[in-house]
Order: sequence, then structure tokens, then C-alpha cells
Amino acid sequence: MSVDATAAARGWIELEERDGALRFRVGGAWVIATVVGIRRDIDRLRLRGRGGGRAEFDGGELNEIDTAGALVLAQLAGRLEGEGIEVSWGGFEAKYLEFVEAIRELDFPDEKPTRKTDSVMVQAGKGTYSVLGTGIKALSFFGLVLVAFWDVIRRPWRVRWTAVVHHMHMTGLNAMPIVGLLTFLIGIVLTFLSAKQLTQFGATIFVADLIGIALLRELGVLITAILVAGRSGSAFTAQLGAMRVNEEVDALQAMGLDPVEVLTVPRILALVLSLPLLSFFATMMGIFGGMLIANLTMDISFVQFITRIHMSVDPRQFYIGMMKAPVFAFIIAMIGCFEGFNVSGNAESVGTHTTRSVVESIFLVIVCDAAFAMLFFTLKL
Amino acid sequence: MADERKAGERDLDADDNLAIRIRGLRNQFGPHVVHDKLDLSVRKGEILGVVGGSGTGKSVLLRSVIGLNTPAQGTVHVFGHEVKPQERAADSQLQSKWGVLFQDGALFGSLTVTENVSMPLLEHTNLPRALVYQLASMKIAMVGLPPNAGPKYPSELSGGMRKRAALARALAMDPALVFLDEPTAGLDPIGAAAFDQLILRLQRTLNLTVYMITHDLDSLDTICDRIAVLVDKRMIVDTQANLLKSDHPWIKDYFHGPRARVVFERPPRENGRTE
Repeated sequence: MSVDATAAARGWIELEERDGALRFRVGGAWVIATVVGIRRDIDRLRLRGRGGGRAEFDGGELNEIDTAGALVLAQLAGRLEGEGIEVSWGGFEAKYLEFVEAIRELDFPDEKPTRKTDSVMVQAGKGTYSVLGTGIKALSFFGLVLVAFWDVIRRPWRVRWTAVVHHMHMTGLNAMPIVGLLTFLIGIVLTFLSAKQLTQFGATIFVADLIGIALLRELGVLITAILVAGRSGSAFTAQLGAMRVNEEVDALQAMGLDPVEVLTVPRILALVLSLPLLSFFATMMGIFGGMLIANLTMDISFVQFITRIHMSVDPRQFYIGMMKAPVFAFIIAMIGCFEGFNVSGNAESVGTHTTRSVVESIFLVIVCDAAFAMLFFTLKL
Repeated sequence: MADERKAGERDLDADDNLAIRIRGLRNQFGPHVVHDKLDLSVRKGEILGVVGGSGTGKSVLLRSVIGLNTPAQGTVHVFGHEVKPQERAADSQLQSKWGVLFQDGALFGSLTVTENVSMPLLEHTNLPRALVYQLASMKIAMVGLPPNAGPKYPSELSGGMRKRAALARALAMDPALVFLDEPTAGLDPIGAAAFDQLILRLQRTLNLTVYMITHDLDSLDTICDRIAVLVDKRMIVDTQANLLKSDHPWIKDYFHGPRARVVFERPPRENGRTE
């Protein structure tokens, strides 16, 4: 019907007044494509302040009507009745009239229904409550994870090693190119940055100390952790979130399997194993970048550079850096899985929680790194 | 309808009386041929029930008709216009002539029900916003949802309510042709019967053409004018009465199986369709 609406004659309405009674002649096509014009015509009829009387709709010349047209007609009739005018119908084809009547019987709001919004106080209260709730949930999830790991320690053969290796492949091996390239570039940037300053003092060889300590102790692992949080933490959340939406997590539970054990343990384990390896690789790439630039800009040969690192950089720096990696890995994987399990209902929720997972894990990694820095400073390490 | 029937099959299937005209359609995925030399004529103003075993390509066929799937061979015409999947959706005027109810509703999760229903109206027409929202609210009421369903998000609705909301969206533009993919699946029998009646009422008043994929034998019996059976990569279209007499093994199984017997072999209903 509305297919040919554009080709059909447009709809019209005419008003005649006889013996104080209104007579509306309705004709043409009252369809979605023509109702804008019809409404304009109705506005021009100037129907106001009659108060009582009778009105008759004559639909003898109506040859098409759809829901939009019927709505406009029903609204007009409703308005007249609201003013106390008695409305009658004549000349309509039975099915058209039936249709208009059916629409008049429907009960629906006149405006776009909106959701009730809470007052500021209520919103603040709900917000606080939900933050506290998330905190408690996170803590209980942490507890569940610890319990699951206690089981792993007691019965290591129960661990799904295939899944662990798969996740190590995805989060470790596949991340090597991007992580390597980025720390390589950071090594380069750092060297350029220090080259200028150190040349002023004629202390160019100290660039090896700087690069060595910075990358081994801090940057190598921190950059890797941040990248992995963005790359793998988000992936964990999205995977588990999609599983939640598909009720796969419920299916696991219904089978008597513990989702934490099946889904979380392999992911955490995989990341705890692969992040240190990845950090080591990243650190080496960073040092290599520094070494390259030191050679090109400050004429420090590779041998000189490496010898200097040997002399001045204590192996302790390396151990300090490396011991942070599993901790960061645990944080990233746990947050990723936690947010994944928190996904509810729809696809949008997957997006929200993925964002949150990345932000939270990067935030916690940096906070944790700062805590480590303070700890090692106090311990004079 | 009865007068038209007397005029004979040939006139009914004249090109200008067809809502959908499929000729020589072939769909294949790799070596797997789903449809081959498939012809189908859907007449204007009829409710066509499409049945077929699982995996016979009912959904693929639907996707071919609405231009989401490029067939290997053959043509699809809707209201005389060829469906060209490669054409940009925005360039084609066909989309505003049909409404599609996807199997799981496919409501946009980030929009409320009212916004979902308003969306095609806002995109395809220049109606004032107030009227758009009134129309949307009316459609929501028409499909039997309570007024407070409007501001809800799809995830807050039950499965049956989501189906109704999706039907409201499919009907938003007052399309002449509606595709329904298993509209009553997952509804309780009372809800399913009400849904059938809803479709029938809308079809009568709006003179809709309905292309309905269904496994619901009651729907087939109660509201469908003709039934299209997808077997052997082709379509066999006939009235229920004739299909009941068919010799084809699958059709025989389908219409004379234990479940079907209960539905089809009961005395004809008074409010049912004339066959």
C-alpha cells in the first residue's frame, strides 16, 4: 500500500458546516507519505472553541489508509470529542472504519515515554552503593581465584594445560612483534633524550647505565604490562562477556563445572607465565634500541655499551624488574576475567566492561608499580 | 480472495500481482548447493507459510530476498524491482517497503523500545518528531505491549515481549510486505495463538503480504493462505489441502506426522481461512 503511496493522489480533508453540524469529507490516500500535508490541512480548518454540537466524518472518497493516516484521523476525532462534540462516521469502507476504530481503542501515551531520572542525591547514593558493591564483588572474586589456585597446587593435573598453552600463545607469542617494536622505539627515544644532556657533561658513556637501569628495573616490564592489559586483558573481558551473553557461563555451572576454574585459572596461569618472558624480550629489545642509537649518535660501540652495563648495572635491577612481571600479570588477568563475568545481558555491556577492564588494570598496574618503588626504596634495594 | 481464486491460477501469478518473484535462484556455499533452480511467486496480500527441514536454507532464502545474500544465479524481484545485494542500502528504495522480523528480534540493545520502533520512521520519513513518537507508541500498543514497555531497553524485556517489540519495529513504516522468521517460536501456546491472530488482523486491515518462516503447525493451519515447502533445493507451493494429498515423502512425513495429525485432521475451524 504505502509502496504506491507516492504515486497515489494525496490525501485531503474538507469541512462543511450545515445546521450547526460539522461535516468532514475525508478522501484520497491517508498514508505515511501524505499525513504531514493532511495535518497541515487540519490545522488550517481552525477548529477551536465550539463546545458541543455534532460532527460527521464522511469517508466515501477515502481510497487508502494506513496506521499513520488512521492515527491522524483518530486524533482529530478524539480532539473533537474532547470538546464535547458528538462524532459519527459515515460512508467509510467497513474495513477502514474497523481499522480506525481499532486504533482509537488502543491505549498509548501521546509523548515519547521517558525513563524516570533519579534526583542527584539518589544518583549519588546509588553510585556509591554500586562502587562499594563492585569492590566487595572484586574481593570475593579474588577469594574465589585464590581458592581455585589452592586447588591447582594440590591437584596440578586438574589444570587445563591445553587451554593454558593456547592462552600463552595468544597473549605471549602473538604479542611479541608489537611489544618488541614498542620497547625498541622507547629505547631509541630514551637514548636520544639523554644523549643531548649527557654530551653537555662529556659523560656520554653513562647512557648505558641509564638505559640499562631504566629498562631492566622499570620500563621494560611496565610498558609490556600496559600493552598486555590493552591487548589481552580486554580480550579476556570480551571473551568471557560474550560467553555470559550466550549463557555459556550458566551452561558450565549447570554442568557442575566451576567457571572460575575452567575459564579463569588457565588465563591467569597463562599470563603469569608469559608476561615475564614477554617482559624479558621487551627489555632486551629496548636495550638494543638504545645501544643502536648510542652507537650512531655518540660513537659508543656495542662492546663498550655492553661492558659498561656489565660493570655498572647490578643484576639486582634485573631481578627487581622481573619479579614485578608475574604480579602485574595476575592483576591484568584477574581484572580482565572479573569484568568479563560482570557483563550482563547485552552487547553494549560487553563494551562497557571491556573499557573498564583496560582502565582498571592499567591503573592498578601503575599503582602497584609505585608501591613496589616505595617498597624497594625503603628496603634500600 | 474467493473471487480471485475463481479466476484461476494463471491470472493470480501474473507479474503485476506478485509481491515477490524468484526465478532460477541458486545459492551455494563452496561445494554445498542450498538452492537450485528455485522459483517462487508470492502473491500480493497473501500469508505464505514457508516450511522446510532444518538446514534446507529457509533463512538463506530469506536473506536472498531481502538482499543480504548474493545468490550465485537467478533473480529476485520485489514489487517488480530487482533486489540487488551489491547496491548500497541507502540507494535502494526497497527497504522502506518491507519490514523484517528477525528470529531473535534483533532489536538494537542501546536503544529503548520506542526508539527502536521510531528509528525507521526518523530515517525514512520527514514526519515531525512528536508524530513519530505517537506512531511508535501506537505500534507498540498495536502489538499488544503495555505502554510502560516503551521506555525499556530490550534486555529488560522477556523473550515474547522482545518478539512483539521487534514486530512493532518491522511494521513501523507500514510496509506492504512483512518477513517473519519464526515469529511464534519460543512463545507459550497462548502467546503464540495471540500472535497469530495479531498477524492475521494486521494482514487483513493493512492488506499486508506476509512471508512467514515457521515451524508452528498451528500457525500454518490457522493463518496461512498457502504453504511453501522447501524440499530438494526447490520450493513447492500449494494450499494446505493439496499438500495434505501430496506424495512427496518429506511432505507426507511433515503433514501426516504425529504432531501434524492433531492439527490438520481436526474439523475445519469457523474463524480459520477458507481453503
